[in-house]
Amino acid sequence: MPKNRLLYKLMFICLIVLSVNASAASGAKLMHMEVDLSNQESLQRGARTFVNYCLSCHAAAYMRYNRMGKDLGISEDVLKSNFMFGTDKVGETMTIAMTNSDSLSFFGVSPPDLSVIARARGADWLYSYFKTFYVDKSRPFGVNNLTFKDVGMPHVLWELQGSQQLSLIKSDDGVNHSSTYDDLEIITPGIQSEEVYDQTIRDLVNFMVYLGEPIKLKRGKIGFWVLMYLFVFMIIAYMLKKEYWRDIH
Amino acid sequence: MANIEKNIIDGLTDLRDWVDDRFPLTKNWNEHLAKYYAPKNFNIWYYFGAFAILVFAIQILTGIWLTMNYKPSAADAFASVEYIMRDVSWGWLIRYMHSTGASAFFIVIYLHMFRALLYGSYKKPRELLWLTGMGLYLVLMGEAFFGYLLPWGQMSYWGAQVIISLFGALPIIGDELSLWIRGDFVVSDVTLNRFFSLHVIAFPLLIFALIGAHILALHEVGSNNPDGIDIKKNKNSEGIPVDGIPFHPYYTVKDIFGATVFLFFFFGVVFFMPEMNGYFLEHANFIPADPLKTPEHIAPVWYFTPFYAILRAVPDQLGGVIAMGLATNIFLLLPWLDRSPVRSTRYRGWNFRCALTLFIISFLVLGWLGMQPVTPLFTWMARFFSLVYFAFFLLMPFYTAIDNDKSVPDRVRN
Repeated sequence: MPKNRLLYKLMFICLIVLSVNASAASGAKLMHMEVDLSNQESLQRGARTFVNYCLSCHAAAYMRYNRMGKDLGISEDVLKSNFMFGTDKVGETMTIAMTNSDSLSFFGVSPPDLSVIARARGADWLYSYFKTFYVDKSRPFGVNNLTFKDVGMPHVLWELQGSQQLSLIKSDDGVNHSSTYDDLEIITPGIQSEEVYDQTIRDLVNFMVYLGEPIKLKRGKIGFWVLMYLFVFMIIAYMLKKEYWRDIH
Repeated sequence: MANIEKNIIDGLTDLRDWVDDRFPLTKNWNEHLAKYYAPKNFNIWYYFGAFAILVFAIQILTGIWLTMNYKPSAADAFASVEYIMRDVSWGWLIRYMHSTGASAFFIVIYLHMFRALLYGSYKKPRELLWLTGMGLYLVLMGEAFFGYLLPWGQMSYWGAQVIISLFGALPIIGDELSLWIRGDFVVSDVTLNRFFSLHVIAFPLLIFALIGAHILALHEVGSNNPDGIDIKKNKNSEGIPVDGIPFHPYYTVKDIFGATVFLFFFFGVVFFMPEMNGYFLEHANFIPADPLKTPEHIAPVWYFTPFYAILRAVPDQLGGVIAMGLATNIFLLLPWLDRSPVRSTRYRGWNFRCALTLFIISFLVLGWLGMQPVTPLFTWMARFFSLVYFAFFLLMPFYTAIDNDKSVPDRVRN
């Protein structure tokens, strides 16, 4: 029946039209990374980096330790010894001891909760952000960021990445005009080589995408069976309809 | 065996008769389903009314379960949504069904309205059917607006702030009115609480009542069809329309198939792209509401953007508010603006066909413009397409009166 084929087409077109990217980002083109939530080792490494470097100023107050352990294949013992450093119990959420008023006086701004930050910023933004800190003596912590200008956060991962410099091209009026990602170069190497640091950041962002929506690991798999069921039911419903309508046509 | 079967059937028949003596059960079943005769030539455009009821049911059911865990307070709202997403069993599914359902509702309703334009379903004698439908659409816009504040993200907060402040543009009563709506000088905990109340009780009740009125009006005058022909003019000796078929079982069984196709796409979104790239769940709404920090780019959700573009197209703020109000309400006048004796586009002349095409184009372009940041070019485009939008309605009495309509056949085509 051509009418029904039309319906498919129509709904398909709706989906296509709506899925053209809606996020009009703020101008600068971000570096791109492929998120791979199926890589459990990467997620585990990312979780390590996260609890070691992020989870002292930032909280992830909607995430429970044991949920993370279960989802990422980390046993409770390992969770306690390698991922938890306070007096928290495994069933608790990832809160921190630093108070908002403290952090406000330390950084001039309270570090945001990171539970859903990947959903607000996007993976590419986070990936670019972690890779584009550079030395800037005019800033309180001596660093600035190309992705997040005048950010209040110090370059927490500097010991891994080392220090980057932004090569400046001064024009006649003495104003800096160069500020693309290509103009960054390492001046003091860190513990990790550029490749290893890149992998560290990919793991971290991978983990933060998981952190933003833990069910993302499973919902596609569940969805597959739901759609399979509906597809089979659709065929049956169509045959039933055809049977009934035989006396009309 | 046969004896037991007979006893059961007899028992059920007795029960039915017992009820029928006290309540119009069979009467209503027949009036609205088994002996409600619908034209036999419905095409795909006639699925969307049933889809709308399906989405309404989804919204009510998921809404009930969301309400069990959601906390309508500025301090807890954002966290309670994440609690639903992570700690409540299947909470993520319930929430995604509800958020996808909101957008699905508007997709379905817009297509349902387009069907009415396409086949002249608003014309005499269906004026009240059209008015109750438009009432539903306007109430639905309110329902969506109230609901969007509840996750208490940045877009929730600032979207509400912008929309409520529009009332402030009205002369004399403006400031008092927006203060009265907010219950505070800025959008706050008080606003959230009353929006919650309106979203979960007042407006769903209104929608429920209006759906009842809409269906009663439909079944009183009978369904239109793609040919726009009145099937009641052609009845057989038993008084049944020759081109009509009982809604049940023919259209119930057809709608079950249609609903399955719809659910296939619906759950495709729910499970595989619930954010729809920021169209259904905006990225900035994953940042908790911050009354001290205005986002650089405030855009309403996609279903409001055509009207938002019209608002921004008018240089004067009060003028913009009036234009936006007119744009959403002008549909109410359609039955009286249309002077053509013909209902369906199939037999209408080129005046109406061209006008409708231009209207749809301008509606879509305005919708796109409403999501974009303001630039001089976009503003002029919005102005141009706003004019086309209003011209479709305001010039309708003229171009439909002199249209070269074709003659309409007596019987529906298959």
